[in-house]
Amino acid sequence: MQLTLNGLAVGCIYGLVALGFVLIYKATELVNFAQGDLLMLGAFVCYMAVVWWGLDYWVGFLIAVVAVGAFGALLDRVVLRQVIGQPQFAVVMLTIGLGAMFRTFASVTWGSEIYTLPTPFSGVWTVGGVTLSHQYLSIVFGTLLLCGVLYAFFNHTRIGVAMQATSQNQLAAYYMGIPVKLIFSLIWAISAGVAAAAGILLAPVTLIDINMGLAVALKAFAAAVLGGFGSIPGALMGGIVIGLIELYAGATLPEGFKDTAPYIVLLIMLIVRPQGLFGTMARKKV
Amino acid sequence: MAEPILKVSNIETYYGPIMAIRGVSFDVPKGSIVTILGANGAGKTTVLKTVSGVMDPQKGSVVFDGREIQRMDPDKVMRLGISHVPEGREVFPFLSVRENLNMGAYTRRDADGVAQDLETVFGYFPVLKARAEQRAGSLSGGEQQMLAISRALMARPQVILLDEPSLGLSPKLVKDIFEIVVRINRERGVTILLVEQNANMALQTADYGYVLEVGRIVMADTCKRLMEKEDIKEFYLGIKEESARGKRRWKKRKTWR
Repeated sequence: MQLTLNGLAVGCIYGLVALGFVLIYKATELVNFAQGDLLMLGAFVCYMAVVWWGLDYWVGFLIAVVAVGAFGALLDRVVLRQVIGQPQFAVVMLTIGLGAMFRTFASVTWGSEIYTLPTPFSGVWTVGGVTLSHQYLSIVFGTLLLCGVLYAFFNHTRIGVAMQATSQNQLAAYYMGIPVKLIFSLIWAISAGVAAAAGILLAPVTLIDINMGLAVALKAFAAAVLGGFGSIPGALMGGIVIGLIELYAGATLPEGFKDTAPYIVLLIMLIVRPQGLFGTMARKKV
Repeated sequence: MAEPILKVSNIETYYGPIMAIRGVSFDVPKGSIVTILGANGAGKTTVLKTVSGVMDPQKGSVVFDGREIQRMDPDKVMRLGISHVPEGREVFPFLSVRENLNMGAYTRRDADGVAQDLETVFGYFPVLKARAEQRAGSLSGGEQQMLAISRALMARPQVILLDEPSLGLSPKLVKDIFEIVVRINRERGVTILLVEQNANMALQTADYGYVLEVGRIVMADTCKRLMEKEDIKEFYLGIKEESARGKRRWKKRKTWR
């Protein structure tokens, strides 16, 4: 039970980061390998707001999400728009390079030590002999809330539906007068903002350091693939599956399996069901 | 002829190093239906894409309502009042029919007008109303074409660019769709620039026609007169006439070259 909650919580983080991968991929067909470093930036900005400036946790949370989101939009506008139409490889290298730059920036600005972010979630509840720590619960609820908000946004607002439309058919979106470039920037902003939120939620568990995003991003990528790259519920489910596998493998299997088990499962998955859990084979009607 | 609402002068458009449009000029008078005929690869679609801003011409100008619009972004062109119904429908497959139509009205702020136009469109194509909540990707080809036309109408455009609406449809459906196109033109006063391979249907529908071959306009006349021309009959309508000696001349050439 304890393991399940913890696995669920870690999985939620993977899911959120995977969601960022998928959103950007669906809309712009780019894979953003700097996603994990955006998560790290989010955690650091929140840390700076709370510890350096002495602001309230929630204010810091908001500042970090908004700042990193805006930064994501800026990245799209200034950097990534230049490489649209270039080979995929160029984009992959570019985003990996950007990630390295963010890490350097973070170590220069905030230092390369390990920091603790004070949060209001320090207590525990004991229900029937099971200890539920508020930290992990906050991750699960935060994820649920965020997903609910995003779901409502994508399905019930004009601009949200326009985002869906743009990712389904970019040319047709242009024909509808949808400002496609602006939509791309917004999608980057959402992805970066979600990554930042994930980073802040994760901060009490892993503590904050400049490399916190790396391992998370790699597993989140696996989660996105597991869920069928391009499916949003798939990304979340994939994240949760990977998180659960990781924790159960860590508890029951010999040392070392904690980190490899998710990839073993991913490999098996790719052999058995290459399109992923929720993958859909797109067919075009003529 | 009325004042042209759309005036294309001497445009040249390239796909990389390949010149697809070699100096095309034409006028589209307000309230008319103008058609551009041509075979595969003649450059018809490229002409429309150049007008709607998806492709940028190297030379020449596109003037809409007294305003130069060449090299403008397609979403801006669309906001000015030109809706493009692309070849192959290009609906949003995972959105419902209703959402697709609402996306057509994306640039509009008047909710009442949009609701009214939705009803009008459902009046033209009742099948869309029946399938309003269905995903657009699950519609048949003909229904998708109806949706694509309706989606363009939802923006209340002044001009509709219609690219191969007959593509892949049964003759009966083609006839139905062209009837609606004429109704849209007559009832709503929407100017239509129609690009077609189905020359017969296009010439019967349109008022004025241009013939495009390998990136050039080779003939321009009213559709009535175009239909009478020998070359059009032979090469576009497939009507073969026996020659005086009772045999068909296989080596016959087009007279415009």
